[in-house]
Amino acid sequence: MNKTSVLSGQRPSQTNSGFGRFLHWFRTPKGRRTVTGYIFIGPFILGVLFWVVYPAGMAAWLAFHEWNLISPAKFVGLKNFETMLGDKLFWQSLKVTSVYTFVSVPLGMIVSFSMALLINTKVRGIAIFRTIYYLPSIMPAVANAVLWAWILNTDFGLLNAGLHFIGLPKIAWLQEPEWTLPALILMSLWGVGQAMIIFLAGLQGIDEVFYEAAKIDGAGSWAQLVHITIPMMSSVFFFNLIMGIINSFQVFTAGYLITNGGPQNASLFYVLYLYRNGFQHLKMGYASALSWVLFFIIAFFTAFIFRTLGRRVYYQ
Amino acid sequence: MSIETMSELTSQSRPGPFKRNLSTGRLITLVILFVGAIIMIAPFAFMISSSLKTETQVFQFPIQWIPEPTRWMNYVEALTNKPFFLYFKNTMVIVIFNQIAILLTASLVGYGFARIDFPGRDIWFAIALATIMLPFYVTMVPQFILFSRLGWMDTNLPLIVPYFFGGGAFNVFLFRQFFRSIPEDLSDAARIDGCSEFGIYWRIFVPLSVPVFITVSIFTFMFSWNDFIGPLLYINSPENFTVALGLAQYRSMLGVGRTRWDLLMAASVAMTAPIVILFFILQRYFIKGVVMSGIKG
Repeated sequence: MNKTSVLSGQRPSQTNSGFGRFLHWFRTPKGRRTVTGYIFIGPFILGVLFWVVYPAGMAAWLAFHEWNLISPAKFVGLKNFETMLGDKLFWQSLKVTSVYTFVSVPLGMIVSFSMALLINTKVRGIAIFRTIYYLPSIMPAVANAVLWAWILNTDFGLLNAGLHFIGLPKIAWLQEPEWTLPALILMSLWGVGQAMIIFLAGLQGIDEVFYEAAKIDGAGSWAQLVHITIPMMSSVFFFNLIMGIINSFQVFTAGYLITNGGPQNASLFYVLYLYRNGFQHLKMGYASALSWVLFFIIAFFTAFIFRTLGRRVYYQ
Repeated sequence: MSIETMSELTSQSRPGPFKRNLSTGRLITLVILFVGAIIMIAPFAFMISSSLKTETQVFQFPIQWIPEPTRWMNYVEALTNKPFFLYFKNTMVIVIFNQIAILLTASLVGYGFARIDFPGRDIWFAIALATIMLPFYVTMVPQFILFSRLGWMDTNLPLIVPYFFGGGAFNVFLFRQFFRSIPEDLSDAARIDGCSEFGIYWRIFVPLSVPVFITVSIFTFMFSWNDFIGPLLYINSPENFTVALGLAQYRSMLGVGRTRWDLLMAASVAMTAPIVILFFILQRYFIKGVVMSGIKG
């Protein structure tokens, strides 16, 4: 009501009293708190507007346009999305990324949880083992990619030397399309230290009382693991699962540096394909459409997991 | 009868085999622990060993773990083949500005979320959490367009300026969690003495929160040091390269023909070493940060 009168200019006195009221409100504790609070979080709000809302909105706008950065953008309606439906490489990249995610994330959780159980044993010198298990995860992504390109080398790499050691034949990890993704999944398993530490913290947060009670009831270590440890840690599993999926849908550096998407597009990750469209073919519209599709895919899986598993999670 | 004696009773009532079982179980655990450690450490050993070999020793099978002779010159050669010291300087400029930006603004915003009660706070905090989940790649293309319109291409600005606006939702979250654990009485006492909200932040919270500042600082260093896609998008000329970009380019340069894995491994070791050294000095804060991000998320 106040707003319309200001706009029509009929009752200017209202503005004054509005400002007066603001001043009065500002002098109240709540008013002060509000203004101070927004000053403190102000940079963040501006950041969200500049680097999230504006770009995301512009990506949505671009998704319906064709633009190569040079000639003016042209509205093309749903054409970018139609192109996607018939784009073999789009489907290939989606397949590669989905297989990678749905194999590497569950495997990674099993490995990191097992490692957390291992390094939770009470042995002298366990700190050294914890350090060794954690170190790979802090390896810089580029150095890691260069190292694994060498580890996966067919004739002189470490992995095939290991296979040779246990009597298995050599595998051309980076030359045969069917072996490239398994190789990159193996590489991801080496770096699950972050999840491991989160699991370890979860393990140490479980009250000893539960185990004491179970022992009295005659539960063995396996029963304790299945009936106490895993249920008590469901929130940690849930967190690691969600973060694992979000991160693994965005894997880029390994595919870009080790294999450059090959051989025969066997490691053409979604984001790599997005990057190529945007910054090598300068298809800004198509790349934006791809980025929004990625967002909806991740949002869909996150929401799906929240709805199916979220309710079963136990929070202490 | 206390639980203590109860458990003693049960273990006593079990005959020998249970105890022996327990110790074999323990032995198996120790063996797996040890084998696991060898598997985890093998790639590092392979990297370091390869970095000290001659060009021909690298291509030998089976692997010669301790190179004879040890070729330390690889490091000199690798780091001078490409101007890695310049790349190091460029990276450190970005690192230092990111440190200032993130430690300052993320802690201020975190304080606002943790200790000031104002309308709309919870909504904004929910938005902050949502932006952690938002994939970087959704905004990548328009951000690129934005920065190129601002004329920031081939400068450090796209890698620095955004962090002055809140310093990343994840860091804000870490600061908020820490600040919430500081007793309210301290703030109240300061308020009675006439201290402003900024004064409370600066004189009470900052000195009491050194651990979380160190943790965020470590994360910031790791992020800026490791970042690849950022410099890949925005930096074109070699004199502005970061270490990550330099190493990636070094790889594609040496990837033609017979790859010089000895030199590439030396450069990789050199890029990894600062992070590992940092980890050994500040281990406590590394682990604390990872745990904070997980447990309370």
